[in-house]
Amino acid sequence: MSAPTPEQFRALFEPRGVVVAGASTHPGKFGFVSLHNILTCGYGGEVFATNRDGATVLGVPCLRSMDELPEGRADLVFVCTPAAANVELLRTAAAKGIRAAFLTSAGYGEAGEDGRRAEAELVALCDELGILLVGPNGQGVVSTPSSLCAQIVAPYPPAGSIGVASQSGNFVSSFMNWSCATGVGISRAVSAGNAAATGVVDLLRWYADDPATQVGLAYMEGISDGRAVADAFAEVARTMPVVVMKGGATSGGARAAASHTGSLATDDRTFDGMCRQTGVNRAASVEEAFEAAATFATQPLPPGNRVMVITTAGGWGVVTADAVTRHPDLVLAELPDDLRAAVDEKLPPRWSRNNPIDLAGGETRDTIPEALELVASHPGVDAVVYLGLGIQSNQARMLREGGRYPGDGLERIVDYHERQDTRFARAAHDVSVATGKPVLTATELAVAFPDNPGPATVRDGGRLCYPSADRAVTALGHLARRARWLRRRGLHPA
Amino acid sequence: MSHTLSEADSAALLAGHGVPIAPERLVAGPQEAVAAAEELGFPVVAKLCGDHIAHKTERGLVRLGLQDGDAVAAATTELLAAGRPDDAVTGVLVAPMLAGSREFIAGLATDPQFGRTVLLGVGGVLAEAVADVSVRLVPITRVDAEEMIEELDCQSLLGEFRGEPAVDRDALVAVLLGLSAAAEAEPAIVSADLNPLIVHGGRPVAVDALVELEGGPEAAA
Repeated sequence: MSAPTPEQFRALFEPRGVVVAGASTHPGKFGFVSLHNILTCGYGGEVFATNRDGATVLGVPCLRSMDELPEGRADLVFVCTPAAANVELLRTAAAKGIRAAFLTSAGYGEAGEDGRRAEAELVALCDELGILLVGPNGQGVVSTPSSLCAQIVAPYPPAGSIGVASQSGNFVSSFMNWSCATGVGISRAVSAGNAAATGVVDLLRWYADDPATQVGLAYMEGISDGRAVADAFAEVARTMPVVVMKGGATSGGARAAASHTGSLATDDRTFDGMCRQTGVNRAASVEEAFEAAATFATQPLPPGNRVMVITTAGGWGVVTADAVTRHPDLVLAELPDDLRAAVDEKLPPRWSRNNPIDLAGGETRDTIPEALELVASHPGVDAVVYLGLGIQSNQARMLREGGRYPGDGLERIVDYHERQDTRFARAAHDVSVATGKPVLTATELAVAFPDNPGPATVRDGGRLCYPSADRAVTALGHLARRARWLRRRGLHPA
Repeated sequence: MSHTLSEADSAALLAGHGVPIAPERLVAGPQEAVAAAEELGFPVVAKLCGDHIAHKTERGLVRLGLQDGDAVAAATTELLAAGRPDDAVTGVLVAPMLAGSREFIAGLATDPQFGRTVLLGVGGVLAEAVADVSVRLVPITRVDAEEMIEELDCQSLLGEFRGEPAVDRDALVAVLLGLSAAAEAEPAIVSADLNPLIVHGGRPVAVDALVELEGGPEAAA
């Protein structure tokens, strides 16, 4: 089988026109939903549809067959027809200039011996026709640079630089739902379905060369050619961060083996070691995977692993410092003497004088931006976790909604608090950009009250406001691990 | 189908690729054993060696801490008598008794998906229960080997420990690189065990080696 070409991938992700084969007038059918999603998410190319009866669906007058498709106007066919119809359909589509086919059709490799045979024939046919085959039995393809939402399920995510490739359609949806929730966007997303011809590693390879994609995010299970996966990981991870989540991690434990080494080298430990060796970041959960990818997409890599915690409240800082200390890829930074002296000038004497830097309520109007600036720009600090954003605005919300607003001087104080939290969020962002070091902001207000001006400003700046300090530390750990992996091999982030 | 090499042949194969193996002598009987022990220095270990002996400890075929010639002679006689016909006994191995309170395990395995792998772990009788291991695909680089060591949870075992010096990490790297090189040079290796790898005076030394090769015993020649 020939390797997919860049031209074929362009046909998939940036088609001049799309044709939905098997469009349906029934709003519950794939052939309706996919056409609806293509029409309503802003896709700018021509949209065609086929339907045996020539019905009009969503205002699109359907072609009775692929033969009626004008030549050279569509690059991608989105196939919702039954498996039996597809051979002839694809032959005609190829003759009309189609170079990529996404098949939602079931009844292939997942459906017994006959299905496997049909799938093998499908692969051979597309290879012969020069069509990139994606699926079958997949959910769809999303490409935000072309505003393309060719899929049978929601959502359509905001534009961004994360490229998703998954062996399970559900995980594409999960990652995109997290993208919608956090505002950290997606460039391309593909549910590979049965991955008959185009697999997760083919997509990652293309993403690595795709200017719209800066980070790969993949879900895999049931690997059939481990060495090919390892080779692709090794090639891709040199230039692009890749976050992988693997299903079946706990299955197939210890094998019967003649050697002790053989019984210790389980499937999962081997996969894990392969990821570490090739520079791929493995995540244990969907949240961890998305947040790691989102952090790669939005924060600079830390120059080292020394983390400073800044908090406006005691307990959070202590627990976060514990999490940093426990993390194998991070170190809790020593508070340097000159930094201690500099912070001392800004605060009353009760502040912590240690890492975590606990401001202990001693801050005045400008303390937080000043402390963030001092800490992040110090050469003894590689990354910062900032806690306490949005507290005052949360109270401001109660003041605004409590029935006494705007009297009793409430308007002025609400306004002040909201302005301050907005400012603090901007300061965290700006100081990170200016120093080239990651500054992560964490508060459960990001999910409890997403409109709070603190987390809302972080989100507006394109970054993730982490829902807990633990999750921020975990995400930062991924960055530190990759930064170290690159440094140790004499590679440098692009 | 696969077969195992004798401990002596396993050790020789891996030593040829730079894996540090405890000096040892393969002897045919008690008198030779005593001479070997005197040359190596007491105390010594005596182990039955054969082409098909895998789990020696479990079968009581290892005698530790032999302090003098009489003990060595007696152990050698008993070990040779304990051999079964299908062990294909080739003699008794006499090796110095290396003292060290830390043991690691290192080796090669074959994964059905990813092919041959190098493994490093905390060793000893609790190795499988502790399961503190790191794995990489063959071949590995020096940096990979260093990272395998750094990845172990029990980092405290690598520093100074109970009056013994810190583990010589370069020497441990050399063990892992040696295993990887052996796997590359010998495509027939299915698995290899260096268990235990005793840290003696800070240096890791394999005091037991077992190599499993693809194919029947005739393929080894």
